[in-house]
Amino acid sequence: MQTELLEQPNTPTILPIETLQVMPMIKMSARNVDAFFGKAQVLHNISLDVPANKVLAIIGPSGCGKSTLVRCLNRMHEVAGGTMAGLVLLDDRDIYKEDAVRIRKRIGMVFQKPNPFPTMSIFDNVAVGLKLNGLATRRNIGEVVERSLKQAALWDEVKDALNKSGVSLSGGQQQRLCIARTLAVSPEVILMDEPASALDPIATAKIEELIHDLKKKYTIVIVTHNMQQAARVSDLTAFLYMGKLIEYDETKKIFTNPSIKQTEDYITGRFG
Amino acid sequence: MERNKEMSIVNENIPYHFFRRKAINGAMLALCAVSALIAIGILSLIFFYTINRGASYLSLDFFLQMPKPVGETGGGMANAIVGTVILIGIGSAIGLPIGVMAGIYLAEHGNNKFAVLVRFMTDVLSGVPSIVAGVVAYSLVVIPTKHFSAFAGGVALAILMIPTVTRTTEEMVRLVPQSYREAGLALGIPQWKTTVQIVLRTAFRGIVTGILLAVARVAGETAPLLFTALGNRFWSTSLDQPIASLSVFVYDYAKSPFEDWNNQAWAAALVLIILISLLSLSVRIVTRNRFSSR
Repeated sequence: MQTELLEQPNTPTILPIETLQVMPMIKMSARNVDAFFGKAQVLHNISLDVPANKVLAIIGPSGCGKSTLVRCLNRMHEVAGGTMAGLVLLDDRDIYKEDAVRIRKRIGMVFQKPNPFPTMSIFDNVAVGLKLNGLATRRNIGEVVERSLKQAALWDEVKDALNKSGVSLSGGQQQRLCIARTLAVSPEVILMDEPASALDPIATAKIEELIHDLKKKYTIVIVTHNMQQAARVSDLTAFLYMGKLIEYDETKKIFTNPSIKQTEDYITGRFG
Repeated sequence: MERNKEMSIVNENIPYHFFRRKAINGAMLALCAVSALIAIGILSLIFFYTINRGASYLSLDFFLQMPKPVGETGGGMANAIVGTVILIGIGSAIGLPIGVMAGIYLAEHGNNKFAVLVRFMTDVLSGVPSIVAGVVAYSLVVIPTKHFSAFAGGVALAILMIPTVTRTTEEMVRLVPQSYREAGLALGIPQWKTTVQIVLRTAFRGIVTGILLAVARVAGETAPLLFTALGNRFWSTSLDQPIASLSVFVYDYAKSPFEDWNNQAWAAALVLIILISLLSLSVRIVTRNRFSSR
């Protein structure tokens, strides 16, 4: 809606242009999302908006449905055998009405455990998405791999070892390789499911720095266990508890002045 | 005070448990080593005995010449060597695609009743005596076509290969962590490409090992060939004619009353072993993974 308005400046608008600049563009939205594994309901009526070029952190205790929520956002929930109800919109279009494969090209995902493909070189690990999606030509593929590795802040460490196995890297490097792999297919949104929870503090810091850089180009949703991490990297924070969205607000507000008691209790470490 | 007493009880028990544990550990380790030695011992016994009895009858002629008529010494088994290769080829051409694809199906889409049935049937099939596979091929191919043929022999071998290949492929594909499938799908790679290019690529060496085991097993099969491929004393490479094979030659020659034939049976057995080893070795070299040291 707002994009249309921006693209057609001659159309009379009811919103003053200042408001448009203040109001962030909404990249993704969840509307009344319920998610199930078999008969067990994991998510209850979740609605939230993800503004473009922002980082949204999803926090909450183990088993609260954080991972399920992000997996609903790129249709990976159904891969694990789950079902869902409700709407998930990407640029105002229902992703469940479109082809799952195309949707996942636009919404990339980084997993908790680094999972580079063990039979592929570092180069091939980054190139695989392009190659198997038929997006690559011989000429551009080297360029894309280099650009993606640079974006993932891994290029300097691996540029002389692109033919080595992806699993020969350290855990932190492997995770950045997985981020590079995701970036190579040029997604619009990147979902990260506890991307740093298997990494040491130095590697974690690198990933967090990376997230700061990436939000200039991408919209990011990150699931994290670590509340300091949420506070450091995100613009917005959603607190989930027992499959329900308890509070969703600007990160600053959630961590300094949450409006709901449960959020405060969780953030101050009184439970969870 | 009470804590001290508990400590002392524990301390008294330590030496007893310690030495018993060490002794059991040592004994079990020794048992394992002995078992490994026996396994290798039997294998080397077969190998060296075959070399011992057969090597002196191996010559270039053995590989290049045809069998001589009864009474004449010398001659070779060129037709049987080629026949064995052809039979394995037909069996693999039929059995491997079916086995591998069935295995992939069971591993990737095997959460339904049909898959349970297939799994059960392959287990039963892998326990079926090889001669039964021969009888089936006889009634399926030999009776309708009204004569023994290389193709019928290949079908019998394929029936034997399918269950082994299916189950090893399933196991190997199952071993590929779910996270690789998810990573592939999350990159927007279609399901089938994820299965072929990522899952199968990861499981490739395991699948190849399963295939080699199946091929090696059927390469030495005699019983199912007796009334399908039959055997042939003359040169034949056509699929609709009876064809010679090393294993049937070994069977015929070993039970014959002529000493020269008995010796040739040993030589044929040796050639069969070498053939299978060469096949395994070359497939291993061709399919080795540049990243894994296994």
